[in-house]
Amino acid sequence: MSTSSLVPAPILALPWKILLLVSAITGFGLLVLYSAAGARLTWALPQGVRFVVFLAMAIAMSRLHPDRYKMAAFPTYAVVMILLMLVEALGFVSGGAQRWLDLGIIRIQPSELMKPVIVLTVAAFYSMLPAGEIRRWNAIWPAGLLIGIPFALILIQPDLGTATMVFAGGLTVMFLAGLPLRLFLGGAAIVAVAGPVAFSFLHDYQQKRVLIFLDPEADPLGAGYHISQSKIAIGSGGLFGKGFLNGTQSHLDYLPEGHTDFIFATMAEEWGLMGGIFLIACFALVIKWGIGVALDAKDRFARLTAAGLTTTIFFYVAINLMMVMGLAPVVGIPLPLVSYGGSAMLTIMLCIGILMSIERQNVRERRR
Amino acid sequence: MRRRARPTITESNQTYTFTRRAMVLGGAQGLVAALLASRMGWISIAENEHYQLLSESNRVQMRLIPPRRGWIVDRSGHPIAINRSDFRVDLIPDRVVDEDHILAELTQLLELPPDEVERIREELKRAAGYQPVPVAENLEYEKYAAVTVRLPELPGVSPLRSFSRSYPDGAAVGHLVGYVGTPNKEEYEKEDKNPLLITPGFKVGKEGIEKVMEPRLRGRPGAQRVEVTARGKLVRELSTLPDRGGGILQLTIDSGLQAFAARRLGPESGSVVVLDCLTGDILALASMPAYDPNTFTDGISQKEWKILSQDERKPLLNKSLNGLYPPGSTFKPMVAMALQRAGIDPEQHVNCPGGYQLGNRFFRCLGRHGSMIMHTAIARSCNTYFYTMGRRAGIDVISAMGKSLGFGQKFDLPVVSQNYGTMPSAEWKKARYEKSAKLVERPDWTESDTLNTAIGQGFVIVNPLQLAIMVSRVASGLEIEPNLIRGKRRAPAPLPYPKEHFETVRSGMWEVVNGHGTAGRSKLEVPGIEMGGKTGTAQVRRITGGQRGQSGAWKYRDHGLFVCFAPVAAPRYAASVVIEHGMGGARAAAPVAKDVLTYLFDKPKALAALATFEEQWGGDIKARMEAESRRWDLAHGNPAANGAT
Repeated sequence: MSTSSLVPAPILALPWKILLLVSAITGFGLLVLYSAAGARLTWALPQGVRFVVFLAMAIAMSRLHPDRYKMAAFPTYAVVMILLMLVEALGFVSGGAQRWLDLGIIRIQPSELMKPVIVLTVAAFYSMLPAGEIRRWNAIWPAGLLIGIPFALILIQPDLGTATMVFAGGLTVMFLAGLPLRLFLGGAAIVAVAGPVAFSFLHDYQQKRVLIFLDPEADPLGAGYHISQSKIAIGSGGLFGKGFLNGTQSHLDYLPEGHTDFIFATMAEEWGLMGGIFLIACFALVIKWGIGVALDAKDRFARLTAAGLTTTIFFYVAINLMMVMGLAPVVGIPLPLVSYGGSAMLTIMLCIGILMSIERQNVRERRR
Repeated sequence: MRRRARPTITESNQTYTFTRRAMVLGGAQGLVAALLASRMGWISIAENEHYQLLSESNRVQMRLIPPRRGWIVDRSGHPIAINRSDFRVDLIPDRVVDEDHILAELTQLLELPPDEVERIREELKRAAGYQPVPVAENLEYEKYAAVTVRLPELPGVSPLRSFSRSYPDGAAVGHLVGYVGTPNKEEYEKEDKNPLLITPGFKVGKEGIEKVMEPRLRGRPGAQRVEVTARGKLVRELSTLPDRGGGILQLTIDSGLQAFAARRLGPESGSVVVLDCLTGDILALASMPAYDPNTFTDGISQKEWKILSQDERKPLLNKSLNGLYPPGSTFKPMVAMALQRAGIDPEQHVNCPGGYQLGNRFFRCLGRHGSMIMHTAIARSCNTYFYTMGRRAGIDVISAMGKSLGFGQKFDLPVVSQNYGTMPSAEWKKARYEKSAKLVERPDWTESDTLNTAIGQGFVIVNPLQLAIMVSRVASGLEIEPNLIRGKRRAPAPLPYPKEHFETVRSGMWEVVNGHGTAGRSKLEVPGIEMGGKTGTAQVRRITGGQRGQSGAWKYRDHGLFVCFAPVAAPRYAASVVIEHGMGGARAAAPVAKDVLTYLFDKPKALAALATFEEQWGGDIKARMEAESRRWDLAHGNPAANGAT
């Protein structure tokens, strides 16, 4: 390499591909936030600052050996569980739904942290499990508990979207760990049958959201308003969009949550299908990279963690886009790196940091 | 475990499973990405047009600009109904966020009375969507500006500058032009929910000419395309199609004469109709007491409505068209025409001993007139002459002549309704009483029916317009039809009766006023102009005992009627005056007719006479109506109400 003499080795060693991808997504998001705020930096500036901080954090995290994360998995899980229960207790005392824990300087959402932590924990569990035990009952129930308890706690908050993601993240790791396929197929069959029963246990507003998802036009000015307006924004954008700063749906306030959960619609209105394809392609490359890291990894924990965290990122993007395009109910999952807000960005950058750490380890082992 | 034969799972085949499953997972995720991309492609390319339309309909709103209502002017272009600038405030129910807060603010800014706040609350409850609820109309600019300035903090409040209807002559033209008001639900549905009808400030004709001529007066609304935010805030105007105002409607009315006639009626309840007897143009159609149409424009208050509907003089009834009265002796000019038609020589004498004996019944005259011919019988209003000759001519001729001169007829006029009364005949009586056995009248025509008809009593009832038409036709000999809308028309054809017949009647009517007649005191005091006329006194109920309807309770007193024309030398104007319960034609109606006709020939003189009267009555119409409103407040223990609505 001829450039090695010009650029210091540690900088050259950074995983530039993923850093550039993540920066491209966030940068594009900043443009959309600038427009959504009416050509002002109200949202773009804090979001940009946050990203720089989290990016530095992720690079720092990549310097740690994956084994450190394995060791930290169970203690972290325990801490997050305590926080979750604390939130539950506080909510019970204040007599209302609560998802936040106000620590004075920072407000944290333990359920958000649970998304990567559940992947780490379940991966750590299976990496410690002897290979021969994988088809035993012993391979199922501990993982089931590890996933089930936080799932239940988050569900009664109530936060259906996050609970589903925690459940799906844990389940993905179980699947990758090599549990018998028939367990998953049977489980899917049971869910299909029990779904209607579970529906009746949902909160009123959750039931309503599911019903409106099934027929959003039935109540276009009421609760179906979000989905209808979002589809209007995306659909009216066309191939190339209405142009930067020219979106009417977002600027005239027809699109609710235009800078948070529905930012994709804001983007699509101004940038059209081209902007949408660009974002989807960027996320697809991130996921392709993540799966590649997982396949390269030699260590069982690293493999499971990498694939699990990648899937967590995937769920974020997929659920948000499906919601925005009217393919899923409105569940309040933001579009990572693009939607305004720190929680989702923090989670994603934690995932990226750990993935980069695993990739670094892979490179080292290949050199060896 | 049951299956012991299973091969032991090793690290290496676990790695193999992982690789396989991870690739399946990655593939599935790629598939989802492709699905999302194509879904987005579908929405934004295939359904692009549909969503673009929806986005536009979100962004762009059409606002109707109510057209300015056409003016109503009199025959010389003098305004009768015009539009004046009006500041108003409405509420858009859909956009109101905090009803209580908004209402509290508006109550303070606009000084709304409590019953208005209650009405707004009620209407807000019933209102649907974007249909605006009026908060206040006719605001002073200061109040309007106070609301406009605070608009950003008052979502749902919509201040508007519009036009409202104004009638400079007030109550004097009330029954003539009617009034306008906010369209009601029935009117809205009848016009296929025309959105114009629910536009704030838009009014439709509710009564009179305003109602009948609605299509001509309304005009075409304009439209404005505006860009609005989801909260209804206007961002900018995109394009405007101006409204086209309604057409000017010119009436045959002489607004000065109309106002004079209404004022001259004074505190009486009655009607004045003045026609141009050569063309049939209605110059005045006054009915008093009347409502002030301006009060309806702003939405009439409960109190004003109560005052109107509880008055025994019926200010809500247009007496010129809907009031029905026995014509009494004002019928006689027509009967005189019929007698001549039947071949009776007007010079033939009839002796009046004070009445007429028919079988065992004596029909009274008002005096012992002695020897009478047609001329003197008209002048002195001798019943005996008309009993005798009427009986000789027979009901058929009288009835035919009555119809030919306008009685029992409905005319082609732009009015909401006309009560056309009864011109009785043998067939009419048969048809009316044969089937209804309960009525005491026998179904066949009797001689006494003929006698009563001959002096304008009995079954005969007419409205004041018909009286004016009859006297017009007698005065000009033309078959005029009444007109209310100015325009070119065919010249009226002469009536098919000999000129001498008309001359005889007209000379009798000249004698009434200018010679030895019943209305000598009402001779015109305009040099060179003479008036011909005929008085009438109509009984309201049958004479009982000594009471002749000349005293007692107001509503049992006789009606006073007068028909006239002028100048006698070349008849141009004809008029009828009816004073309800005025006790006599000569006493109550003829002086009014005299002043009204004087106005046509010598305005200053007539106005001077009126000024003297109005001083005695306590002011002009407006002043007296206000006084009545105050009296009503006192009588109903309502001293707080000071008319501020």
